[in-house]
Amino acid sequence: MKTNDVIIQFTAKLVFFMIFFYAVHIFFAGHYTPGGGFVGGLVTASAIVLLIVAFDLKTVQTILPINYIYMVASGLILALGTAAISMFAGKPFFTHYFDYYNLPILGKTSLHTAALFDLGVYLVVVGVTMTIIQTIGEDE
Amino acid sequence: MFQVLCIFIPLLAALFMPFFFKKISSIHTGWFVLVVPIFLVIYYAMFVPTISKGDSVIAQLDWIPSLGISFVSYLDGLSLLFSILISGIGALVVLYSIFYLDRTKEQLHNFYIYLLMFMCAMLGVVQSDNMMTLYLFWELTSISSFLLIGYWNNRDKSRFGALKSMMITVAGGMMMLGGFVLLSIMGDTFSIRELIGQAAEIATNDLFAVALILILLGAFTKSAQFPFYIWLPDAMEAPTPVSAYLHSATMVKAGIYLVARFTPIFASSEIWIWLVTGIGLLTLTWGSFFALKQTDLKGILAFSTVSQLGLIMSLLGVGAIAFHVDGAQDTIFKYAAFAAIFHLINHATFKGSLFMIAGIVDHETGTRDIRKLGGLMSIMPVSFTVALIGSFSMAGLPPFNGFLSKEMFLTAMLSITEFELFNFTTWGILFPIIAWIASVFTFIYSFYFVFKTFTGKGQVDRLPHKPHEAPVGMLISPVILAALVVVLFFIPNVVADSFIKPAVMAIQPFLYSSPGQIDIHVAAWHGHITTELLMTIGIIALGLILFLTLSKWQKVYNLFPSKLTLNNLYDFIIYELFDRWVGGFSGLYMTGSIRRYLSYMLGAISISVIATLFIQDAFKVTLVGATPIRVYQIILIIVLVIGTIATVFAKSRITSIVSLGLVGYTVSLFFVMFNAPDLALTQLVIETISVALFLLAFYHLPKYKKEEERTRFRFGRAFVSIAVGAMVTLVALSAHSQKLIGSISEYYKETVYSLAGGGNIVNVILVDYRGFDTLFEIAVLSIAGIAIFGMIKLRLSRKGEKL
Repeated sequence: MKTNDVIIQFTAKLVFFMIFFYAVHIFFAGHYTPGGGFVGGLVTASAIVLLIVAFDLKTVQTILPINYIYMVASGLILALGTAAISMFAGKPFFTHYFDYYNLPILGKTSLHTAALFDLGVYLVVVGVTMTIIQTIGEDE
Repeated sequence: MFQVLCIFIPLLAALFMPFFFKKISSIHTGWFVLVVPIFLVIYYAMFVPTISKGDSVIAQLDWIPSLGISFVSYLDGLSLLFSILISGIGALVVLYSIFYLDRTKEQLHNFYIYLLMFMCAMLGVVQSDNMMTLYLFWELTSISSFLLIGYWNNRDKSRFGALKSMMITVAGGMMMLGGFVLLSIMGDTFSIRELIGQAAEIATNDLFAVALILILLGAFTKSAQFPFYIWLPDAMEAPTPVSAYLHSATMVKAGIYLVARFTPIFASSEIWIWLVTGIGLLTLTWGSFFALKQTDLKGILAFSTVSQLGLIMSLLGVGAIAFHVDGAQDTIFKYAAFAAIFHLINHATFKGSLFMIAGIVDHETGTRDIRKLGGLMSIMPVSFTVALIGSFSMAGLPPFNGFLSKEMFLTAMLSITEFELFNFTTWGILFPIIAWIASVFTFIYSFYFVFKTFTGKGQVDRLPHKPHEAPVGMLISPVILAALVVVLFFIPNVVADSFIKPAVMAIQPFLYSSPGQIDIHVAAWHGHITTELLMTIGIIALGLILFLTLSKWQKVYNLFPSKLTLNNLYDFIIYELFDRWVGGFSGLYMTGSIRRYLSYMLGAISISVIATLFIQDAFKVTLVGATPIRVYQIILIIVLVIGTIATVFAKSRITSIVSLGLVGYTVSLFFVMFNAPDLALTQLVIETISVALFLLAFYHLPKYKKEEERTRFRFGRAFVSIAVGAMVTLVALSAHSQKLIGSISEYYKETVYSLAGGGNIVNVILVDYRGFDTLFEIAVLSIAGIAIFGMIKLRLSRKGEKL
């Protein structure tokens, strides 16, 4: 008998976005307050897991058609690439650059290459967590 | 330069042998090989006039100059004599092998490559002045000898003999290398000549005796001295040309060469004289005694070789005494070294010919068993004549060269009684007596060898082949050697002047300044009756009596229990001790159980760390700088301890998993309490995921044997666990109490905003200050993810097909 999960599915739809935006928040806030790419990635992955629990693996794969192994790879490339930028300027590997800009809506904002590196971490963490959960879940 | 390259000529020629064998198969490959030793004999013979004047010729080719290792060809009397023996007998053996080995049935290219390899190695051994290249060539002789003994590798006994000789000679070679290294440390050079120059200082070094014994071990194993002779009889499984060449004339004399070469360095030592003389005499007696027990022709010759090598060795030992006697060039001690070299030449000639005759008998009758042979004298007259000459020379009868060297041997042994140092006054008298007894046995087995084979009734019809005289080509080499045996008797002084005296110069360089000073005149008849002559007559008389009554007392040998032989000891060491016991012992601890290995590792680590802590007196506890303990810390610790205890003692696995989760969340609470919000966040999420994964693994446990059982208590494991816990606690306490250097965190605090443009120190450290770590941590994470993916998706069967 197929149970009707209407409450959990409806709640999941709502909560997913709350968790996801919280994850994005702690990712961006990481440089100044607790958080960062690692925790952000984990929380994002848990949001997706919530969807998987509420619906099922196939449905989530159609909603989010992401190849998580590519995601891992692109995260690694981004992290390595960010770290390597400085080498083109003749500086040591892993030299970061930052400055403060006045952006139209956000006002005075700091832009930091460490954020790009952190984005790489974020992608790897989401990718790896989801790869593990997906492959184990699919396994008979 | 060319002189050094000459050592390698055989090796270069070996490269072409497969070509000759495969492409020019109508001609026996041996004919092409023969060119090499003949060329070498002529080349080395050209040095004789120079060397016999007492000069030496040296050529050098650098190999590893930075380490002082080079190929040196140093030709003095000793090495020239050996080089000529090696190439000369090599030529005769190659000639003999052409008729002995069938062109169509044998893998000739293999045989000749091994043989040429060996020739190169032997030339290298005797000519090297550099100890490292000497060792290199030394091992090459072991390897090529191993290959030659195992030439018929489809026979069990060949493989056994090859392995045995390899084990023993390589073990000795390793010891010798150790001795060489010690010598080079003492003298700060690899050159033997330079070491001889420093002999007096080296003798006072602490390492001197160790180096001496190690080098002697190398020489004794190679030259088949007691108790290492056991490989030689088993090496008789080799083709007969190999036995004639390696195991009578050349390789087994490498040890003799080594002892002779190092005599100037070590002769000052009492240990050297006692060991070389004593072991030599023991080997002589032992070998000659047990030669009579053998029934295999080559077995008799093997034991006879062992015993003759012992004789030469003991003479070298006595030769070393001359270093302790004032005015030695005027005493009778001077005879010993001379006799050793003389007998070495004689032994090479008569033993080579005897081996070749044994090969002919084997080849023509199909058996080497002396009990089946007999009455071949009229069928194989030439072989009989050669065998007779060789045996009589071996027995020490005139008019053959063995008589001369045996007389000198007795002279040298008698001289020991006049030596007054090192306890020789009490024990010295034993030496000539033992030597005399051994000579009697030598006489008996020489007669036993020749007369049991060629005379008597015999059962010629029952032999595997119908016997007939060997082809002429096969007889050339033994006839040449037998002719030398006779010729040497009549012209000993010519040989002495051109070969022996320069060689003696090399052994006793301090005593003479030129070979002309060596005042020894060999004569068969000294014009008056000497003690030696009486002893020889006694040998002949007693030997004849014992030989004629041989069948009556030969049963004596059956009294020796076969369990107490040295071969049995070898088999025990190799097959019982190493294979079974050592294998069984490693089976005791290498159980394959990971728990077992883990307890070894953890136990070893904790015990060594705790021991170090207390031995170094490093354990200290101070509470300075410790923060006060709060109530909720105590509460959390209690929860933590409860969780931990529940994890370990829980009956059900699910309880353990949940308790582990409890521990994890408590730890994240600790992080909150100790102001680590990033850690607390991460710990919470990670703990959740890992508990979920544990539950997944629990759910998929196989139904069979899924009993819910409490972990059984094992004392050993409990002990190791407590030890590890104690270690970590002690190390943590003492590390906390002894902070020698302040933290660098102040720098981070100051620069986190100004230099890195951030506010969260933890995150800035992770992505900026020490982003390198993070880069590779995400790499680790990726590898883990992909590995899980691969493990689950890729399921190959054993044959590599996808399931």
